[in-house]
Amino acid sequence: MPKDSGIGASSKRREDVRFLTGNGNYTDDININGQTYAHFIRSDVAHGTINSINTAAAEAMDGVIKVFTAADFAAAGGIPCGWQITDRDGNAMQEPKHPILAEGKVRHVGDPIAVVVAETLEAARDAAEAVEIDIDELPAVIDMKAALDDGATKVHDDLTSNLCFDWGFVEENREAVDAAFAEAAHVTSLDLVNNRLVANPMEPRVAIGDYNRSDDEYTLYTTSQNPHVIRLLMGAFVLSIPEHKLRVVAPDVGGGFGSKIYHYAEEAFCTFAAKVLNRPVKWTSTRAEAFVSDAHGRDHVTKIELALDADNKFTAIRTETYANMGAYLSTFAPAIPTWLHGTLMAGNYTTPLIYVNVKAVFTNTVPVDAYRGAGRPEATFQLERVIDKAARELGVDPAELRRQNFIKPDQFPYATPVAVEYDTGDYDATLDKVLELGDYNGFAARAAESAANGKLRGIGLANYIEACGIAPSNLVGQLGARAGLYESAKVRVNATGSISVFTGSHSHGQGHETTFAQVVADMIGLPEDQIDIVHGDTSKVPMGMGTYGSRSLAVGGSAMVRATEKIINKAKKIAAHLMEAAEDDIELKDGQFSVAGTDKSVAWGDVTLAAYVPHNYPLEDIEPGLEETAFYDPANFTYPSGSYLCEVEVDPDTGTVDVVAFTAADDFGNVINPMIVEGQVQGGLAQGIGQALRESAVYDDNGQLLSGSFMDYAMPRADDLPNLVVDHSSCTPCTHNPLGVKGCGEAGAIGSPPAVVNAVLDALNRAGHKVDHIDMPVSPARVWAAMNS
Amino acid sequence: MHNFDFVSPSTVEEAAAALQGDEAQALGGGQTLIPTMKQRLAAPTTLVSLTGIAGMSGVSSDGGALTIGGATTHATVADQAGAYPALAALAGGIGDPAVRNRGTIGGSLANNDPSACYPSAVLGSGATVVTNTREIAADDFFDGMFTTALDEGEIITAVRFPVPQAASYQKFLQPASRFALTGVFVAQYADGVRVAVTGASEGGVFRWSEAEAALSADFSAGALDGLSVSADGMIGDLHGTPEYRAHLIKVLTKRAVSAAA
Ligand SMILES: Cc1cc2nc3c(=O)[nH]c(=O)nc-3n(C[C@H](O)[C@H](O)[C@H](O)COP(=O)(O)OP(=O)(O)OC[C@H]3O[C@@H](n4cnc5c(N)ncnc54)[C@H](O)[C@@H]3O)c2cc1C
Repeated sequence: MPKDSGIGASSKRREDVRFLTGNGNYTDDININGQTYAHFIRSDVAHGTINSINTAAAEAMDGVIKVFTAADFAAAGGIPCGWQITDRDGNAMQEPKHPILAEGKVRHVGDPIAVVVAETLEAARDAAEAVEIDIDELPAVIDMKAALDDGATKVHDDLTSNLCFDWGFVEENREAVDAAFAEAAHVTSLDLVNNRLVANPMEPRVAIGDYNRSDDEYTLYTTSQNPHVIRLLMGAFVLSIPEHKLRVVAPDVGGGFGSKIYHYAEEAFCTFAAKVLNRPVKWTSTRAEAFVSDAHGRDHVTKIELALDADNKFTAIRTETYANMGAYLSTFAPAIPTWLHGTLMAGNYTTPLIYVNVKAVFTNTVPVDAYRGAGRPEATFQLERVIDKAARELGVDPAELRRQNFIKPDQFPYATPVAVEYDTGDYDATLDKVLELGDYNGFAARAAESAANGKLRGIGLANYIEACGIAPSNLVGQLGARAGLYESAKVRVNATGSISVFTGSHSHGQGHETTFAQVVADMIGLPEDQIDIVHGDTSKVPMGMGTYGSRSLAVGGSAMVRATEKIINKAKKIAAHLMEAAEDDIELKDGQFSVAGTDKSVAWGDVTLAAYVPHNYPLEDIEPGLEETAFYDPANFTYPSGSYLCEVEVDPDTGTVDVVAFTAADDFGNVINPMIVEGQVQGGLAQGIGQALRESAVYDDNGQLLSGSFMDYAMPRADDLPNLVVDHSSCTPCTHNPLGVKGCGEAGAIGSPPAVVNAVLDALNRAGHKVDHIDMPVSPARVWAAMNS
Repeated sequence: MHNFDFVSPSTVEEAAAALQGDEAQALGGGQTLIPTMKQRLAAPTTLVSLTGIAGMSGVSSDGGALTIGGATTHATVADQAGAYPALAALAGGIGDPAVRNRGTIGGSLANNDPSACYPSAVLGSGATVVTNTREIAADDFFDGMFTTALDEGEIITAVRFPVPQAASYQKFLQPASRFALTGVFVAQYADGVRVAVTGASEGGVFRWSEAEAALSADFSAGALDGLSVSADGMIGDLHGTPEYRAHLIKVLTKRAVSAAA
């Protein structure tokens, strides 16, 4: 029987009422008395030397308050990078300065050069046309491999080259991996590209800076997935504002997908300018600006090799990847192609030897950072593509080749050769489930039907494993993180028994306000509507590392459970006092405290009232009040996994790929709200199928973004997708967090691209086209070219 | 967007007079012009709206010809051009409902986007573009990407389509914009078949004369078997090479013939 409230219930998303009725409070909905408007003047060339900037004419125009340039930020720091990678020789990565406004040089189309602040946005935009900027264009560095050639133009003159770092993982395994390849019975190798993407959340970024002279306090309202992280980075590193004088608020946020994790120049600008002008300063990104100023995702060029023995067991994996950093290091950029990618190269398999080499490269393009999945989709794509190719070369069933190499349920906990230990999993279970739900065995009949209609049908499988619930702070500290990755929660029980939970997790579409309330309601036995979830304001929430890496429930939820446990323990003490019983005999069920073995009971509300009106209260033992805080630092990552099955029809005349069926079988551990989980998976699948078939950020040789608007950047739309069948009945709970949860936010985007591409190649090869690979997006033109080459 | 004056004349004559003004520009549905102004790529000082002019909107049918007012929206054509089903279907496939409820045939033709749908119907039907000063045959109207035979300030007041015996428009969607990556309009008349291609050529909409000859002799998909289109002069971009577009022209022409026949 499905539950109708609490853990396991598909409670309706309470936040949707305000979102769907236009009552959300997004950053752009906030307007402050006396507010001014900022317009950023951005580079329209990819690389160039700024000879001069003349702002006089613009500053003389009506309504213009001030035009800012880099000179105004001489005392400010650069935008910091939150992760340092150590290269194969033990040296720190090359880390260029990332100024708020371009200093002397522009390094990508969209790089901000100057900002006009005016009484109205139109006045700012008018004046921007009067700012005279003289730039000498330099050759653009776009291709990653060419960027590493001797004598290549440098993106940063003060670095030795365009190489940010050359990372080897696990460096000590390198020779053993080479030896395994030398002995292999079969080697499959594949060159592939993981296409650059633009996150394109529905709400573009917005920042409003406000400064209060009377108490020297700053407030930044911003579209962020992690307001505390912005406070820390901007306060400590950029503007030298102590944290107690800086409040960061991220109210309703309309999607992020990673792109709103990072600290951006516009945030620092608005905060800084608000003090200079003693007026609030507001900036709202246009969609066109978002394309050239939001961090992009993916953009890897990889060679992967898989070694197999005579029994088709995987014996070694070797990869070489070029990872695009763009022009500057965004907040988490160096961590994505390294620790979030190399550690996943074992996938769901027992491959004993793995070596991953990653060369991170600076180019004259928008900075690249995490995008839904972040490193894990890149790892999964390589692995699941090369396994499919191996199966074809060896003439074996791709499902069976995978199954044969699975880590088996009795092998957990399982330490991989790439430094992580999977706590639980059952990969056979999700594979069996997806093959059953997707009717793998009935494919031949469907293929025959497609053939009768002149279409080529193909079926593609992919498994994935991801490391979520990031992350143990001591571990990531050793790996170069410049922050901890715990989470906090404060549970405030009000006198009449209702509860406000202050969580450091941030919700920007994930439905935390519903899910988190379900957990607390379940623990105490209260109706869900007695619990409110508060997030996104550094002045309310103790601390927060924010939402990304499918970490909210696993880490933020765990902190909330710990704080709620403290509340329950204290409440039991109070109840024991009220009922004159021993504390150990107190039970809490359905919002009632009772004494075991008796009919004595006292309601939740009586206990909470006693805590705030302590007339009859054990004041000598415990303090009045009922409010507790907990910080939770996870012991390990969580390892959601799953198997995805995609079926496509290819039109041989035009190369058009139609995804006709898609089945996902996931293991997320325990599920709090099945409906929300299903929605998360569906959204991830839409983005993964979008990456596989449509989306691509493409630069020309001059560094112009060719797909810089929705006229050329193809977002997936509802009618591009089939009915998505989503199952999460396979469940091996996480062993190290109190809820047994693993995280579900990124899975869909991680597992689906290889399933789609495998399906297309299956269709072509079944029809006799010997095609090994087609790079994403697998567009009609590329499919047609592959069939006709 | 820069500031501009807005006038909404009620007759073609008033509109024509208003368009004589310095930097005045006609406004149809604004689906192309307004975004361009928002990006500050165009900055007319006066917009002369044509959609309030009586007689410039609507569809009428008379003796084998269908006349569509120059300010008629795509939605109205989709709804009311039943006498010419291929044309109604084309209009119903432009953009999305919001675009179809605003965008007009006159705006689409004056703009002559190389990927737009209407130019192929006008050229493929041998239609006549009627303006406030003259009548222009389709073959003389289109003049390469984004250029037409229209003079400065000239207003498309109507388009007259001879209704064919059979016709079909086949549009292959560009995946992002959903304009035509390539589109082919085939129309069969008593005196021959016309085949017009949009989305493919760097020269804008054009007639595929070899296909017209073959189909005029034998209106069947098979009649095209031996023909091919050269990739020379075809558009190459993110979404398709010149070779791919040349190939699509033939595929879509065949499909159009099969659908029409
Ligand atoms: C999201 C989107 C999707 C679209 N998809 C498609 C598609 O699939 N296929 C397609 O063909 N088109 C598509 N379009 C374009 C659409 O059809 C527009 O309606 C058309 O391009 C312009 O028509 P308009 O009436 O809006 O013209 P406007 O934008 O008002 O004007 C365009 C130009 O024409 C001039 N003009 C307007 N009316 C006249 C007239 N009567 N006489 C002389 N000059 C005039 C204007 O001065 C201006 O230069 C799309 C547009 C959008 C925004």
